[in-house]
Amino acid sequence: MIERREAVAEILKDRPDNMLVITGLGSPTYDVAAAGDVAKNFYLWGAMGGAASMGLGLAQAQPEARVLVITGDGEMLMGLGSLATVGGKQPANLAVLVIDNEAFGETGGQQSHTGRTTNLAAVALACGFRQVLTAHKRDEIVGLKDMMLSAQGPVLGVIKVSSGELARVLPERNGHAIRNTFKQAVK
Amino acid sequence: MGAGIFSFSSGDWREGIFAAMKREAVAQMAYVPDAGHASLIKVCHADADIDCTVCTTEEEGVALLAGAELGGDRGVMLMQSSGVGNCVNMFSLLKSCGFPFVTIVTMRGEWAEFNPWQVPMGQATEETFRRSGFIVYRADTGEDAAAMTESAIRLAYDSNCAVAVLLSQRLIGAKDF
Repeated sequence: MIERREAVAEILKDRPDNMLVITGLGSPTYDVAAAGDVAKNFYLWGAMGGAASMGLGLAQAQPEARVLVITGDGEMLMGLGSLATVGGKQPANLAVLVIDNEAFGETGGQQSHTGRTTNLAAVALACGFRQVLTAHKRDEIVGLKDMMLSAQGPVLGVIKVSSGELARVLPERNGHAIRNTFKQAVK
Repeated sequence: MGAGIFSFSSGDWREGIFAAMKREAVAQMAYVPDAGHASLIKVCHADADIDCTVCTTEEEGVALLAGAELGGDRGVMLMQSSGVGNCVNMFSLLKSCGFPFVTIVTMRGEWAEFNPWQVPMGQATEETFRRSGFIVYRADTGEDAAAMTESAIRLAYDSNCAVAVLLSQRLIGAKDF
């Protein structure tokens, strides 16, 4: 099993200057903050189901940027329709990464649909994503990172991670502050 | 005025909405289709400078236009009143972060409505917006619709507000089956 925080740190290590990251609420927000709390991260603390849609709007506004949405399986499941919306628009500069612990981690670790029957990579492919990849082992992360950074979008990666709570790394919670910081960095 | 391969029919008051969107440099338009918006949607699609995104559900458009604003694009969301209820939790994104947001909403369930299923959300639309922190305009004429669209975009993007323009069912014409 892959450890989520190490995996996210590896994906974001030496990130290119044009990379803009949006995080889905909960553990992905903590994982991304732990990897480096930088101005080009937009942390969601709510708006569950909206991360991929937000990434699409940003990718369309910033065609020179590489937009990476890092979210969890529960957040992605709530916005399943947004995969169809992204597929329909074919944004070349949008990558979605699902950190999949097959559980609703924030609320007591209840099993999610991805631990039973739902295959998010297959859903994305069926919605018109150009490439998808699911990593089960550590040595598969290098290839997945390559796709996240440079494959023509839209692409979706899933990293299957061990469940269990890690220490929370809490970035800024004030949405006005997060938005202002991000917009200054994107200008 | 029209753009590309499609123009408004003469007398279509939606032309004024489109003109206001162009004057205010709207770069992205998100929508869930509605018959009352059909000509406006077609003209937006035909405009090379407006990036149009059809959503599977209305809350996607709220998040999408917030993302667009982060990247410097102005946006407008088109939906019908039944979609407003789908957005309620996503509206917290606007309020929590102070995002500007403009939506133009075709009203159902308020004027000679044929379909009883449209009435509950139609009657709750204005209050839902107000309780979610929106400034709400209601247009009963085509001139209102154009002027309110222009004002809504300026108010939203100059003063960081969420603004809804409701196009009354009396203006759109009650739907018949």
